[in-house]
Amino acid sequence: MNGFLIYVAKRFGQLVFVVVTGVTLAFLIAHFSPVDPVEQTLSLVTSFGATDPRSVEILRASLRELYGTDGSLIEQYFLFWGRVVRGDFGPSLSAFPTPVMTIIGRALPWTVGLLTLATLIAWVLGNLLGAIAGYFSDSRTMKVIGLFVMALQPIPTYISGLTLLIIFGFLWPILPISGGAQLNLEPGMTWNYITSVLQYGTLPALTLVLVGLGGWFISMRSLVSNIVTDDHVVYAELGGVPSRTIFSQYVARNAMLPQVTGLALSLGNVFGGAVIVEFIFNYPGIGKLMVAGIYAGDYSLVLGVTTFSVIAVAVAVFLIDITYPLIDPRVKLG
Amino acid sequence: MFKVLRDLLRYNREFLFGTLLVSIILAIVVASFFAPYDEMMTYAVIPDMPPGAEYWLGTNSRGQDMFWQLAASMRNTLMFGVVVAVISRVIAIAVGLISGYVGGKTDQIIMAFNDTLGALPNIPILLLLVFVLRDQMTWPILALTAALLGWTHDSRLIRSVALSLRTREFTRHAAFSGMRTSQVLLREHLPYVMPIVFFTTMNNLIWAIGLEVTLSILGFSDINRPTVGGMIYWANAHSAMVAGIWWWIAVPMVAVVMLFIGLFLLAMSVNEYIDPRSRLARMGA
Amino acid sequence: MSQVLEFKPAVTQAADVLTIKDLKAYYVNDLFGVRREVRAVDGISLTVRRNEVYGIAGESSSGKTSLIKTLAGAIRPPMRVVDGSVNFNFGGNHIDVYAEPDKMKAARWQNLSYIMQGSMSVLNPVRRIKHAFNDFAFRHMGLDRRAFRQRVESHLQKLGLDPNVLEAFPHQLSGGMRQRVTIALATVCEPEFIIADEPTTALDVLVQQDVLGLIKEVQGRLGSSVVFVTHDMSVHAAITDRLAIMYAGRLAEEGPTQAMFDNPQHPYTAHLIASLPRIGDISTRKSLAGRPPSLANPPSGCRFHPRCPIAIDRCSKEVPEMLPSAIGGRVACFRAGEVSVK
Repeated sequence: MNGFLIYVAKRFGQLVFVVVTGVTLAFLIAHFSPVDPVEQTLSLVTSFGATDPRSVEILRASLRELYGTDGSLIEQYFLFWGRVVRGDFGPSLSAFPTPVMTIIGRALPWTVGLLTLATLIAWVLGNLLGAIAGYFSDSRTMKVIGLFVMALQPIPTYISGLTLLIIFGFLWPILPISGGAQLNLEPGMTWNYITSVLQYGTLPALTLVLVGLGGWFISMRSLVSNIVTDDHVVYAELGGVPSRTIFSQYVARNAMLPQVTGLALSLGNVFGGAVIVEFIFNYPGIGKLMVAGIYAGDYSLVLGVTTFSVIAVAVAVFLIDITYPLIDPRVKLG
Repeated sequence: MFKVLRDLLRYNREFLFGTLLVSIILAIVVASFFAPYDEMMTYAVIPDMPPGAEYWLGTNSRGQDMFWQLAASMRNTLMFGVVVAVISRVIAIAVGLISGYVGGKTDQIIMAFNDTLGALPNIPILLLLVFVLRDQMTWPILALTAALLGWTHDSRLIRSVALSLRTREFTRHAAFSGMRTSQVLLREHLPYVMPIVFFTTMNNLIWAIGLEVTLSILGFSDINRPTVGGMIYWANAHSAMVAGIWWWIAVPMVAVVMLFIGLFLLAMSVNEYIDPRSRLARMGA
Repeated sequence: MSQVLEFKPAVTQAADVLTIKDLKAYYVNDLFGVRREVRAVDGISLTVRRNEVYGIAGESSSGKTSLIKTLAGAIRPPMRVVDGSVNFNFGGNHIDVYAEPDKMKAARWQNLSYIMQGSMSVLNPVRRIKHAFNDFAFRHMGLDRRAFRQRVESHLQKLGLDPNVLEAFPHQLSGGMRQRVTIALATVCEPEFIIADEPTTALDVLVQQDVLGLIKEVQGRLGSSVVFVTHDMSVHAAITDRLAIMYAGRLAEEGPTQAMFDNPQHPYTAHLIASLPRIGDISTRKSLAGRPPSLANPPSGCRFHPRCPIAIDRCSKEVPEMLPSAIGGRVACFRAGEVSVK
């Protein structure tokens, strides 16, 4: 168990590093903005008329702290950290006076659901197909599947998304292309709502899966074709161990290890893909929130979403990383 | 070097296709220098004309000839990608070689920093930057930032090559003969590292161009300057699909796909060529 | 070179467990316009008898590893058998390795097992040792799970291993322990034929002694035939009954081990034996000129002739056949027996 604790501690240390770096980077970018966000925003707010002066003051105070017009740089840095830790980015402009965190909270489940589902499917399916293609490398079927999957790999997210949008939006409209669920449905754990969510999520998820599949396939296939020449696999073949056992226990289980690490490493990119997909399909997640915030000039929202996503991705990476010792006995007990 | 290229062209179909596709794109880019219209101008020709004899790829709703727009866009987009790739190559090679050669604690520290930077999600940070700089955002700033974020993965690859080179005989000879570290790195190690640098450059190009197009589609770049992503942005803004001007969307999409598949094929085929196992098989070991 | 595979029918004697006839196995590569044929095994015939330890010696690029792989039916493209046959006789069960792959697969581990070099990595790193025994041996023994476990444990004990080792992961054991476990694994089904491929290389000397002793003891107890491959001549002297010397894909000499050490008939054998240090011998050792030949482009005639101290004109033109030697074995040399050992 000792090995496990040390490993978790190391990974946690890395988590801290990443969060500190990311938050600092966000801070620096925000504070060197050439435009004064405070006055810009406030003039917009007041032009809406009839706004509660207290809320306006809160907004002014948070913007000044977030984008730094009070005090020295160091003071602002610590103030910023205070806000991050408290999760208080102040009120949003575009949804004034709702706090930024509340809006993020509403959008977060959509993105988490979409990403988790799509990433898992792409990872599992891609690895499975890649492993079969790598082990049974003479199979005709696998070669054809392989070509198809590999052709998908270089196609960028927006192309796949736009193509699916065009196909299912204009040519063969059987799936909804905008929104997270049907608008007039009451959100809740009802069967109706759940099916609606799944329906609306199909195209965004499909796009992400298509984008991710190729990469996993190629890397797994290459891994497997290397592992197949490893001593323990050759030995098992010499021992007459049945092919199915060799495939699952000797090859796949060993090939999974670097793929889990790879999954953790890919999360940053996956998130980027989600932004585009949510934009294309008008999906109510964090990505769309960010883009909408930029369009609306909503400073607190944009900074809030950026900081939050950096932390969220880092935490997700950490969670995946600590499952690694559970599958590789050399780490746990070594 | 040329023998290698000739071998690849003759025997490796993927390399051939890749070269073909990329050459087409490059040809279009070169053509952009001979454009009859100023690329920034709008309403220079009759808008909404379908592809035909006079306008090969049609015209869009802003009155621009699609072919020349594409040429200019490709040029700008590729230029962006190349700048990012070059800057991040320099950083990746420097970090990778030094870290791998020096080893020990320094290596660990550098790699820890490397991984930390690499774990950050790029898009939110770049979006924040774009947002904050607004009108002051120019493509060189974006390119620089992207380059500063994009070297981490490749430096690791280069580092692993450097690590294996460190213990080789010729390195020891060079060090004993009094070569300074920088000389060892540049003259002895660099040639070994070049094939993998080529592979990572292709990948990095794809990533950088993808980044540029992604941001442009969202409208977060200088939208008057023609870029491939910008073309799609304007097409969306003018609801091209609904208005039936399908070529406005199709042209940039097809061009991007061609470019990416071409670069991808090049990267894959060179990777297979330099793969030590296939090399050994060719040498007959 | 014949393109058509001819599996010549093998004539096996009752006491022969393995018969190899005119075996040729090449690596054929055709990449980027370059065609290369590496003749790793180039016309080898030999037999191994029951209850015999048969050694195969040679330098690193002699082709002995390829021979072993071909023996065990463990070759993958681009390497393939181009000619000849490999036949096993497991107590009346005749199997032609390349003509009857299904019979071969069924015989694996039960009749034919393998002790490999690199005990570091032959065991699956993500599973416990007991699973290796389950995967390799369970289906041959015809016992239920409990009885099987008991049999394995008693087998381990007989080999001086703690049965608790079954619950461990490979990386938790030392190199020597892992090699002993591999030997246990290879012998639990009491096979008639064991191939040992450099099992003691990369082990330190004391562990080496241990492992050799173990192999010898198991072989004696089971009466299995063992083919023992190593470049280390002292190991051959210690453990083998008969010895074959390979050079550049062909056999140079074969015979009873003791006799070969006392009176080698082939100049190459003489060189190998002379290079072994002996207590009390203070003369300087002469090394052979030149390097082992390329298997893609071997010398004409007798492959050893460029480095042979007693080569004559004929040696570069004609290929010497394996003929009976003066010490009760076989030798392929036009001037067999003319070399003296100091």
